[in-house]
Amino acid sequence: MRIGSPALGLLVLALPAASFLLIGVIPALRRAGRVAAVVSVAAMGGALAAAVVMWQGARPILEGPPRNPSATWSWIPGDGGPMATVGVMVDELAMPMCVLVTFISFLVQVYSYAYLHDEPPPSLGRYYAYQSLFAFSMLGLVLAPGFLQMFVFWELVGVCSYLLIGFWYNKPSAARAAVKAFWITKLGDLGFVAGIVMLWAATGTFDFWTLFGLADTGVLAAIPGLSMIMFLIYLGAVGKSAQFPLHVWLPDAMEGPTPVSALIHAATMVTAGVYMVARAFPLFALTPDVLSVIAWVGAFTALLAATMACVESDIKRVLAYSTVSQLGYMMAAAGAGDHHASVGHLLTHGVFKALLFLGAGVIIHVFHTNDMFRMGGLFARLPWTGVAFLVGTLALAGIPPFPGFFSKEGILAAVLNGGFRVAFVMLALTSLLTAFYMFRAVFLVFFGRAHGHAEAHGVPLAMDGVCRLLAGVTVVHGVVLTFGGHHGEAPAWLPWASMLLAGTGIALAWATYQREAIAPSRLSAALAPIDYLARRRYGLDGVYAGLYRIVLLGVSRAIGWVDRYLVDGVLNVLSASALRAGDGLRHLQTGQAQDYVYGVAVGVLLLLVWAHLTAP
Amino acid sequence: MPLPAYLILAALVFAIGLFGVLTRRNAVGILLGIELMLNAVNINLVAFARFRADIGGLIFTMLTIAITVAEVAVGLAIVIAIFRVRRTIEADHLDLLRG
Repeated sequence: MRIGSPALGLLVLALPAASFLLIGVIPALRRAGRVAAVVSVAAMGGALAAAVVMWQGARPILEGPPRNPSATWSWIPGDGGPMATVGVMVDELAMPMCVLVTFISFLVQVYSYAYLHDEPPPSLGRYYAYQSLFAFSMLGLVLAPGFLQMFVFWELVGVCSYLLIGFWYNKPSAARAAVKAFWITKLGDLGFVAGIVMLWAATGTFDFWTLFGLADTGVLAAIPGLSMIMFLIYLGAVGKSAQFPLHVWLPDAMEGPTPVSALIHAATMVTAGVYMVARAFPLFALTPDVLSVIAWVGAFTALLAATMACVESDIKRVLAYSTVSQLGYMMAAAGAGDHHASVGHLLTHGVFKALLFLGAGVIIHVFHTNDMFRMGGLFARLPWTGVAFLVGTLALAGIPPFPGFFSKEGILAAVLNGGFRVAFVMLALTSLLTAFYMFRAVFLVFFGRAHGHAEAHGVPLAMDGVCRLLAGVTVVHGVVLTFGGHHGEAPAWLPWASMLLAGTGIALAWATYQREAIAPSRLSAALAPIDYLARRRYGLDGVYAGLYRIVLLGVSRAIGWVDRYLVDGVLNVLSASALRAGDGLRHLQTGQAQDYVYGVAVGVLLLLVWAHLTAP
Repeated sequence: MPLPAYLILAALVFAIGLFGVLTRRNAVGILLGIELMLNAVNINLVAFARFRADIGGLIFTMLTIAITVAEVAVGLAIVIAIFRVRRTIEADHLDLLRG
């Protein structure tokens, strides 16, 4: 067990926060776009350095009882200790995650500088303010020592995701996708917040460390309805990590700028759900029924998303479905009881998926289209980008010695050891499909006939450089894993099977899209029902649209009717009768002085009579 | 003569004045009615001053007469001003404040 320095953890948090405040509060800085970008990138670089120092300088704790790795401060005071605390928890789970988040954020911000060079300066300033806020929120989530702080930052990253998907808010599809992402993740968050409040009601604390202690002593297992609580908390992860059936927002989120997709919707934010399950794993471990739900949903999501990726023609959407599929992998491993395998895949996936997205950004920059069928022959013009993209693809497909091979093998071993045989078969099939759809993309874009006209010149150095750097990191990481990594207790046949599956997928893609020995139409005809369903996204978008139309709009219409005709109706009748009464009383005012005097005289007379009658 | 006789006279004069104010169509007639009502008050004041040997009533009477004079001056001025604008002093036609 290793514990990092809380001070460095706070520094990692403070740098992006300061950058966000600076850009947000000083309008001149924001409007100056490029300066804001420099501030944000510099802050992110500092945060990256601090995170690396924190990780490398972490003290190993060898003997003695486990020590609390979090530094907390009282937030909401209460009788007998604070009701909620804030702080940082710098343990072996949080530190590598911090490094990943700061590393990818830093590279994406550098890349964005070139990618968004056509944006007007105020818009660029806004972009970097969002980016800084996102980095701060994500790091706050990662370092959170308790459920409540995690939830606050959880919602903040949701807001950032909304803002960045809808960055080009003039585009109706982007605005719609932003709202959709926000709403669908909110559905899961409802469960999350209900779960942590119920957990708090049962235990009186939000702090992970205290909860782990309670889990160890068996107090937690005695709580009635713990399965329900953990299931509700898991629902938050379902929304955020795009698990079936709440995965529909992630492909639409690709409407945002490509660097945003790389950072938020591939490498970091969407993995928050997996991270949360890993973080609270000692609690989930008490509820095997919830864990098996997590595993089954994960495996199903992985397979479902992989089939949809195979029929997609938009390169970013292929990558988005692949992200959903890989998140399913991670969840399946966590559900099978091995959260180390799940986080391991999270970390490797974060790097190579960011690489793939940023590579896709270069490809889109060159071809000015997202449609893979209108691309082709790019390898000859941009060989280095091709190599970088190929490295990411091989890593995702699970070919040694790339890191994806090892982390994926870890997951498959975890699921097999957990006793989920059917889920294992689903994941193995997904592995084949993954190799197929990724190489389909590679063959369509980089090889084959040049369909589209490409402008290979003028790929900015920042974009290309970031891709090559990420490819280098992927290769080095893979080599390190090959020679130094420990490979768990997988059966000896598993690596070979995994490679065989990936190889089959690649061969199939090569035969179909490169050699054109198999016509894609024959392939889809052979799998007609799945092809039909996958092309229609299994009707899930339709289901959500129908629910939205029937339930939400129906209820809204009913409430609107009540408001318009009952609430407003009563008020309208009241005001109309007041008007009519006033109109009638108006005629009392004749405007003739004599009538008024007559009134005064009659009044005086009546007063006199009254005074006379009541006189003692 | 006893006090009630004076009071009855004053009441009669007041009633006649009030009747005039309420029924006359002519603005000058209304002013005359107001004069009668004020003078009925004067009769009351003088009568009580005489029968209760209180000089205050006489002083108030002087005051009332002075106010009456001022009132007539202002009232007639208003009537003349209205006549200049509207070419009539019929009270029925002066209803600018009608609702």
